[in-house]
Amino acid sequence: MSTLVRLDRVTCAYDRHPVLVNATLEIGEGDFTGIVGPSGSGKTTLLRAVLGTVRPVAGGVWRLPGLAVGYVPQIETVNWSFPVTVNETVLMARTSGRRLPWPSPAERREVEGVLDRLGLAGLGGRHIRELSGGQQQRVFIARALLRRPVLLLLDEPTAGVDVRTRHEVLHLLADLNASGLAIVLTTHDLNGMAAHLPHLVCLNTEVTGSGSPAEVLTPEVLELTYGAPMDVIEHGGMRVVLDRPDTVENVVRLRRRERA
Amino acid sequence: MDILLEPFQFGFFRHGIVVATLAGALCGLVGVYVVLRGMSYIGHGLSHAIFGGAAAAAVINFNFYLGAGLWGLASALMIGRVTRRRIIGSDAAIGVITTASFALGLVLFGFFGVARKSVDAVLFGSILGVSVGDVWVVAVVTLVAAAVVFLRYRALLFVTFDPEVAEVSGVNTARLDALLMLMLATSILVTMKVIGVVLIAAMLVIPPVVARMLTARFARMLWLSVAIGAACGAVGMYLSYHLDVSSGATIVLVGGILFGAVFALTGPKGLRRTAGLDSHDAPLNTATRSVS
Repeated sequence: MSTLVRLDRVTCAYDRHPVLVNATLEIGEGDFTGIVGPSGSGKTTLLRAVLGTVRPVAGGVWRLPGLAVGYVPQIETVNWSFPVTVNETVLMARTSGRRLPWPSPAERREVEGVLDRLGLAGLGGRHIRELSGGQQQRVFIARALLRRPVLLLLDEPTAGVDVRTRHEVLHLLADLNASGLAIVLTTHDLNGMAAHLPHLVCLNTEVTGSGSPAEVLTPEVLELTYGAPMDVIEHGGMRVVLDRPDTVENVVRLRRRERA
Repeated sequence: MDILLEPFQFGFFRHGIVVATLAGALCGLVGVYVVLRGMSYIGHGLSHAIFGGAAAAAVINFNFYLGAGLWGLASALMIGRVTRRRIIGSDAAIGVITTASFALGLVLFGFFGVARKSVDAVLFGSILGVSVGDVWVVAVVTLVAAAVVFLRYRALLFVTFDPEVAEVSGVNTARLDALLMLMLATSILVTMKVIGVVLIAAMLVIPPVVARMLTARFARMLWLSVAIGAACGAVGMYLSYHLDVSSGATIVLVGGILFGAVFALTGPKGLRRTAGLDSHDAPLNTATRSVS
């Protein structure tokens, strides 16, 4: 299995304020990795470092020469009043080459093909706001797939969506991964998303854990990652993370650890 | 019938109505990107900044387009410089620099005794100041803008809708941003004479907003906005002759009436389409936003 991207002790900062410190990560062909951590832990910055839109202040990023990367942003940042249909959105991936505004017959077939593959056949003429949450997410995945990527990066693909949509997205990503696509995603959702992935990276500005859910979804790693005590139980052969109600002793213990 | 055709006997009116139609179409075209990218305030500010340059050019007898254009460019650069210091936001920087430039223009006109009528013409637009040369300038700029939009349609749409992913996908977003700013500044500059400094921002906003109320497709919004802008320009200029009021005011008023009519026809559905047009609000089925 060849390496697609390697981050070697990468530190990124905005206005001299470090948001990602000393992060090391290797993404190989066919990998399926989830990056978990609290808000502000550097998850999106890590994705941007992989993409190359954020330049590290220290460390190095190596990418396989000519690597095709697809990127799916958080759908919560999308302007849903923007006047675009599903077809227009997917076709945005084709900005180089053909100059004419309208798609060629080949491009039209390609868009239809990718929409069909993602279960969006017949919805090409719809405005993006007229779709369900799962369909909206799939439109942006379709746009990324039109670039024929080897590596797909997704920023919080299940943020704020309902249980059914989360299942849809998870199954779709599993199918894509099974077809050979390497996937890296960020998520807040430990039980609904992260616990189902084969590999996790826990992040709290620094990498606090890396491995299978069984290896990193432990009370120790989670406390280090989230700065709060959490319990982990086994249910149906899977790890389930539970919030532990905070006690005064826990708060005192945490404060002492922070001071130390 | 004679009364209706009467204005077309005069050369100045024929020039005026051609320029107003082209100016409306140009504003409608550029305005789509201005509105969708949330640049309406920049358009408003730039028109005011350019007024200072127009005044300075008039006082020293310098070429109008060159003087006002250079002044507008200097103002845009200054806004960028102030914003980069991060002490104040870009909206505040636009407010300070462009209104100061506008005030300077008023002072220059007042100090050097430029007739009140000339000042009014720059502020609210006038048919009388339009020459054959102006017709050519507006026509060339409109054609160039249309060519840019046609040839860079896909990249402009991508960068307007989703700049972050566009950049990741290999689109030179910085160059396209600069191109759009240049198109906006040039459009304001060449349409200023006929629409006026104060009212030009309205012509950048009304046609695309009305078009958006009528369609949910980008390509259709683009040509509808151009058609609406051109129609407002032509009808407004025609009415300005008969009502004997400034051309800018009648052009914008026609746009406003059209907005009201489309609103009445499409109802809340049409208006809902324009809600948050230039913002990135959450979709209906989601609730939170997070960036880490």
